[in-house]
Amino acid sequence: MALAIASREVDGVTVLDLSGRITLGEGSVQLRDAIRDLIGKGQRRILLDLGEVNYIDSSGLGELVSAFTTAKNQGANLKLLKLTKKVHDLLQLTKLYTVFDIYDDEASAIASFK
Amino acid sequence: MESVGQVETAADQLASEAGLDEDQRFHIAMAVREAAINAVLHGNEYDPTRQIEVSLENTGTDLVFKIADQGNGFDPDHLPDPLAAENLLRGTGRGIFLIRSLMDEVHFRQLHPGTELTLIKHLGQRGEET
Repeated sequence: MALAIASREVDGVTVLDLSGRITLGEGSVQLRDAIRDLIGKGQRRILLDLGEVNYIDSSGLGELVSAFTTAKNQGANLKLLKLTKKVHDLLQLTKLYTVFDIYDDEASAIASFK
Repeated sequence: MESVGQVETAADQLASEAGLDEDQRFHIAMAVREAAINAVLHGNEYDPTRQIEVSLENTGTDLVFKIADQGNGFDPDHLPDPLAAENLLRGTGRGIFLIRSLMDEVHFRQLHPGTELTLIKHLGQRGEET
């Protein structure tokens, strides 16, 4: 299944609900475009809900990192919410777990932006 | 890139038939997918006149996957370490690291032209992972 992205606002934070795969050719570009679009519109608080992302490859991991650095360079803050076991394990393996702010529940994640 | 999906599916099927659990199937399918992507993108440089060659085998003791491209080759011993602090925020360069991390053995062979990767996952006596 390709990547589906739904956007919603919670207390000034844009939450992107992602579901499907973030892989080369199946979601990496969509995610990149979505992040650039948000930042271009001036959004500075972005939360990626990965609870329904069942697969990510090295390209998808790279896209998460690029989203993080793009946001940071533009003065925005990008955090992650609800990792599946597969994504969690890969972030640990690649040490990217140390790069991101990661939350298990949405309320805590939203509160962390304040 | 259609061939990459086919290779990934075939690897997952072989792992499933060997009785491996979901986590192990995921690791194998991902490693084989990464190798196939490397072969198409970095090896063959997306040149449609170049082919990738893939073989998959359950030897009874191992699952063996061979992925060969027709590119210019590379030195697997001199790749940047994606875990190093200076590389952690790079958007690329994790494919070979993931392959090595997810499989039991990974071997590289230069073909002149091309590179062949052999990915091995050890099995127990009854086809289950050791």
